[in-house]
Amino acid sequence: MSKGKMTPSQKRQAIWGWAFITPTMLGLIILNFYPAINTVYQSLCKTGDFGKGNKFVGLANYQAVIGNTETWQSLWNTVKYAIVEVPLGIVIALILAVLLQNKLPGKGFFRTLFFLPMVCAPAAVAMVWKWLYNQQFGLLNNFFHTNAAWISDPNIAWISVGIIGVWSIIGYNMVLFIGGLQEIPKDYYEAAQIDGASGLSQFFNITVPLLSPTTFFIVQTRIIGALTVFDLMFMVMDKTNLALNKTQSIVYLFYTYAFTNSNRGYGAAIVVVLVVFIMITTLFLQKLEKKIVFYN
Amino acid sequence: MDSMKKKYVVNKILTYTVLIIFSIIMLVPFVWMILTALKTNQEAISVNPFYILPAHGWHFENFATVWKSYNFVTLYKNTILFIFFRVVCACLTATMAGYAFGRLEFPGKKLMFSLVLIQMMIPSQIFIIPQYLMASKLHILNSTAGLVLPGVVTAFGTYLLKTGYQSLPKDLEEAAAIDGCNIGQTFLFIMMPLTRSSMISLGIFTALFAFKDLMWPMIVCTNAQTTTLSAGLAKMQGQYGSDYPAMMAAAVLAIVPMIVIYIIFQKQFVEGIATSGGKL
Repeated sequence: MSKGKMTPSQKRQAIWGWAFITPTMLGLIILNFYPAINTVYQSLCKTGDFGKGNKFVGLANYQAVIGNTETWQSLWNTVKYAIVEVPLGIVIALILAVLLQNKLPGKGFFRTLFFLPMVCAPAAVAMVWKWLYNQQFGLLNNFFHTNAAWISDPNIAWISVGIIGVWSIIGYNMVLFIGGLQEIPKDYYEAAQIDGASGLSQFFNITVPLLSPTTFFIVQTRIIGALTVFDLMFMVMDKTNLALNKTQSIVYLFYTYAFTNSNRGYGAAIVVVLVVFIMITTLFLQKLEKKIVFYN
Repeated sequence: MDSMKKKYVVNKILTYTVLIIFSIIMLVPFVWMILTALKTNQEAISVNPFYILPAHGWHFENFATVWKSYNFVTLYKNTILFIFFRVVCACLTATMAGYAFGRLEFPGKKLMFSLVLIQMMIPSQIFIIPQYLMASKLHILNSTAGLVLPGVVTAFGTYLLKTGYQSLPKDLEEAAAIDGCNIGQTFLFIMMPLTRSSMISLGIFTALFAFKDLMWPMIVCTNAQTTTLSAGLAKMQGQYGSDYPAMMAAAVLAIVPMIVIYIIFQKQFVEGIATSGGKL
């Protein structure tokens, strides 16, 4: 569009356009952009007692956060959680989506069932799993005649929590995969069938490459989702849990400092570290996307 | 031909085996939750003999007890109000902005839209401390207004609706202009009704996200009378964590309404997530 005078019709559009975006833009600036900058500013301050009187302390919070092994442990815990949740949640969801894509009596029933955990409050999900994992009275130990401390043994607690994550997310990933599968043209499979390709070879030679944009999208959103995990951790891992230190996620640590201990400057520094970590991960994933994703 | 048929049958059996195994895994927590909710605490924690079904009668009164003592009426009411206002605000602001970004030309549009895209890329945890301080300064802690605050606008919804509006044909606006509609009328009477499916997706997405949100309600509503089901449940666990049947009854009460809504509106849920599933 050339600068200079606008025609009356362009002017009208401009006025309506700005009127329509004003609530959203104001909201985004007040509720998101200002807070993002404010968090960075607070991370440079020491929070006074009762949250009053911020004192500028420069990078002291960052020195404390980065110098604290707790931060790195939590970051590592979060990565470990992601290593359990993301691949398992994706592979199982893909298998289920492929099985449920064909004409099959009871298809709707299975889809409904697998998606069910998605509509449950995480607090309720965590409560039930904690009960299943209970060392003395839990269903798992009773059923398998074991005596594992599923969520208080530091060596396995991260896997136990990861499994809850997998159980919760399968249906969501599956729905996205089914959407992706529907977009693959049927002719590819028909041609492969005429050539005598087996189901498995069709899966690896047609489905996997043609589904790679969907898969990549899910991988990317799930990695970021897993890196910001909070609800499950918070509900499953009590403050008194022996494995807390080896399991709590970075957002859990942020919550503890910023809201339980009201040390907002320190909490803000943790969240900035997390955001930087996520940004680096995203950049890395985008580089990777160019190499491995197959676009038509 | 016979071998083809055999292969087909084997395939079907394999498929169902996998599906049934996963169904059982998915269902066990739900079944165990309901069964525990119907036992006495003594029975729930009796290891030996190990009961699966309640052996000493089915204690449906656990639900009634929990309903009253944890004030579920208030929790439901708070949650419904919270979800309602979040959905209304999100749909209203996003449909307006989405229309402007999708169909209108105005100076500064590109820059403004890039702000929308940037917001979508920033993890939301970075907003929370200042949002809490804002709610505190506005004196809306422990209120529905406080719960709704961070959700009155949505960058993600704006993006979703923009895509919805862009997919509509150009002739519609021209026809409306010939009929003498101004831009506001064209938006309200012609274009907005056509993006109904995007709005439903956004509505479901917003409702589900609000229902499942734990951190914000916990921070902004510390009072048990003002909080949501999710956060209320978290509080109960802290306070009454060893009365397992009561906890399970509370969990059932917290999730059943959403499950019923989901089963009724399954199609919309699944489509809503599939089309809007960018962020969660």
